[in-house]
Amino acid sequence: MTKEEALYEYLIRLGDNALILGQRLGEWCGHAHQLESDIAMTNVSLDLIGQARMLLTEAGEVEGKGRTEDVLAFHRNEFDFRNNLLVEMANGDFAQTITRQFFFDGFYYHLLQALKTSKNEFLQAFALKSIKEVTYHRELSADFVIRLGDGTEVSHEKMQHAVNLLWEYTGELFEMTEADEILIAEGMVPDLNDIKALWQEDVKAVLEKATLTIPDTQGYMATGSRKGNHTEYLGYILAEMQYYPRMMPDAKW
Amino acid sequence: MATTTKIEDIYALLEEVKDPEIPVLSVRDLGILRDVSISDDGKAVVTITPTYSGCPAMDTIEREVIEKLSGQGINAEVITKISPAWTTDWMTEEGRRKLEEYGIAPPAETTADKASLFGKPKIVRCPRCKSEETSLISQFGSTACKALYRCNDCLETFDYFKCI
Repeated sequence: MTKEEALYEYLIRLGDNALILGQRLGEWCGHAHQLESDIAMTNVSLDLIGQARMLLTEAGEVEGKGRTEDVLAFHRNEFDFRNNLLVEMANGDFAQTITRQFFFDGFYYHLLQALKTSKNEFLQAFALKSIKEVTYHRELSADFVIRLGDGTEVSHEKMQHAVNLLWEYTGELFEMTEADEILIAEGMVPDLNDIKALWQEDVKAVLEKATLTIPDTQGYMATGSRKGNHTEYLGYILAEMQYYPRMMPDAKW
Repeated sequence: MATTTKIEDIYALLEEVKDPEIPVLSVRDLGILRDVSISDDGKAVVTITPTYSGCPAMDTIEREVIEKLSGQGINAEVITKISPAWTTDWMTEEGRRKLEEYGIAPPAETTADKASLFGKPKIVRCPRCKSEETSLISQFGSTACKALYRCNDCLETFDYFKCI
């Protein structure tokens, strides 16, 4: 694997996470329990889609085959996507959406903090820009986890159910491949074990405040996205997201 | 005309290009306009930066910059840069004043204290009755750059331009 190939893989990973989670959150438009949450979900979605555009554009340039952000977003199949399984999970109820967001935001926040000192010019600029947005996302989701976890009996129950359901998808956020090794050696990206330690600290503190417990999965964690093996959910997202651009491949805004 | 155009003239013209979502603020007031230069072939090169990554106003702003300048016979090119990242600290004093007059509370503090997970509540002044007794309704408001607040005295809700 060359340095360019490693960088492409890394950018696609970040870009697909932002794209798929952005698409998922967009599904809340007009459906949330109150206007403020509806607006919050779509605002976060908008930030993520904006980030995905930058990441996929850069990925296309690093790859050097002339693929644009649109080609990468709309003309790849499931097996070519490198987003984490966590972000493709169904929205479920609001407890599931906000728990998924909380797990992701903490990971993303600490990753971006580390990328602020990346030796790759784009990654550094991207991190300095996006961290400002993600700081707000993280505050929102952590706040909701605490309010709902330490809320009513029903909200607590729904939150604990969401944590139990999604916990096993958090492990692969920190899986590393050859691409990580190459880029770590170049000083471009952090060791994900370091990010994991920071994330665990955050998660523990917030879940404690929320009176929620981490389920015992006896060490089991779902895996697959680094190799393009996804859950059934991703195909449905892509079907909805890609249908129109594939039907009319030359359509312009 | 292009050959005699001065950079100050271009800045003055761009003063008339407003943010489409906050029409009282020019792109300069907002700090979106980062640089103007003249290329060797006499073209005006205007550098802008987005407030938020997903800001949907960027395409409109780019188009309006080009239209405004070409209306004066100036051939222009717009470059979008994300580095250094936009911050509310770049908003001009004039911009802050206009924002408050328009009914949007300007960013309350500099961005340095945004790092903690459980941030302290900040003092945001109601743009209508100027009371400092206000409370946060939602960190996310009508556009990516705004949060929603309520005044505890006059009871009006208002937008707050949040710090990033």
